Amino acid sequence: MQIETSSHKPSEMTAEASLEIHDLHVRYGRVHALRGISLNVAPGEVVAVLGANGAGKSSLLKALIGLQPTAGGRVRYGGADITDWPPSRRIRSGLVLVPEGRRIVTGLTVHENLQMGAFARADRRAVSAEIDAIFHRFPNLAARRNHAAGVLSGGEQQMLAIGRGLLAAPRLMMLDEPSLGLSPRLTGEVFALLRDLHRERGLSLLLVEQNTHQALALADRAYVLELGRVVVEGAPDQLRADPLLHDAYLGSTERRRNAAS
Amino acid sequence: MSEAPILMLDKVRKNFGGLAVVEDLSFSVRRNVCTGLIGPNGAGKTTVFNLITGVYPIDAGRILLDGADITRVPSRRRIHHGIARNFQNIRLMPHLSAIENVMVGQHCRNSGLFGNLQPVTLSPRNRWREEARAALVEAGLEDYARGAVRGLPYGVQKRIELVRALMAKPRLLLLDEPAAGLNSAETAALRELLARLCRQRGITLLVVEHDMHFVGALCDEVVVLNFGRKIAEGRPEAMRENALVKEAYFGLDSGQGQVCYAN
Repeated sequence: MQIETSSHKPSEMTAEASLEIHDLHVRYGRVHALRGISLNVAPGEVVAVLGANGAGKSSLLKALIGLQPTAGGRVRYGGADITDWPPSRRIRSGLVLVPEGRRIVTGLTVHENLQMGAFARADRRAVSAEIDAIFHRFPNLAARRNHAAGVLSGGEQQMLAIGRGLLAAPRLMMLDEPSLGLSPRLTGEVFALLRDLHRERGLSLLLVEQNTHQALALADRAYVLELGRVVVEGAPDQLRADPLLHDAYLGSTERRRNAAS
Repeated sequence: MSEAPILMLDKVRKNFGGLAVVEDLSFSVRRNVCTGLIGPNGAGKTTVFNLITGVYPIDAGRILLDGADITRVPSRRRIHHGIARNFQNIRLMPHLSAIENVMVGQHCRNSGLFGNLQPVTLSPRNRWREEARAALVEAGLEDYARGAVRGLPYGVQKRIELVRALMAKPRLLLLDEPAAGLNSAETAALRELLARLCRQRGITLLVVEHDMHFVGALCDEVVVLNFGRKIAEGRPEAMRENALVKEAYFGLDSGQGQVCYAN
């Protein structure tokens, strides 16, 4: 299944949009949540960000979409310095966040939630074709298209959040734990969808995920955060071979694979 | 005849509008037998929790706790019968601190005017506050005890909810995706915490969870739902081999072993 490629041209896009983050800081009062993060995502690249709860992963994504004020450092995207851009302008330029914990509008219908994802777009016809493609991909959502989104199960809400993100016509999609609350089967389907989007549209992905095994299987590179700093960066194979990381992030995954065989 | 199960659902049905979301559902949870409730997204797992806790009235059937029919007991009273829970979509009070949120869970253990006032006293050496703090420490959350819970990482808020539920001193604890948002080291720590709680305090767990490694290590029994009906039950390792469960839950596509067991 293919989510149709959008034909619209965002005004502030360059064809080759890379994300470059230099020495980014975020503070919550006295808490120094990000302590000088530098990372980059090349056009068409899939980058995973791993780390324990409290490492700063969600703070990083919130800062990149513009919801969290930064306390130092620069963010460049598509050649422009976007550090001070509001979220709406970032979204129009193709930088889109699928937030943690779904954050759908429970009082609106499923269909309306998807339409909301396209708020910044003018190409109505393409939007409605993409909504159809998402319903085709997620039949559970299609069956409830006119129900209030609040009646969806947790997993269906997660699918809706991803669908809404796609409707914003992302060039670089940032996802904060897309497998949260999904069954093993749906987790597999969501990662298959991300893989398809990456292959078919050249979509870049910045992926925060506790499902280390799935994330590393998809990623070209990964960063590990600890207490607001990047402690390791490398290709998935390098990270899998790192004994320290193995214990914290991969240990039980290996056991699971053995249990499965 | 062994003792009555701690929880029994007997031919329970629930409709939302014209849609049957739980149908003819019967299963039991035996005392001190940690039981998993698994199934595809939308199978009705969270709805079953809402029926057991009385958030929704059931349309047919009975719910028994320790042999006593609680079908008509209102939701707010069920905690006094020893049922506590957490929520899949976190429901903490965002402006309160972790300690204050946990102290909300102590409320049901007080009765009368003075009892009601006790937990809100501001004295820093208050025994209720101390109990809440100790419980957070036991769960490895001491670093997060003081500030507002708004903005704390998802996996941390999830564990604060667990600690709040424990404050009710439940005999039956319903956990909706307790390991969601935790990495594998944090998941292992949570599993040890839960196993210890069950052993030391005699709490029986009913757990909804998608991390099958977690379920396999923690649960002795598993009930599998699909479209609001029970399609299988038994030991976790038997469920992994069950054809119906494989198709509905794990998926049959290539690389299924990795899809199944990777969290």
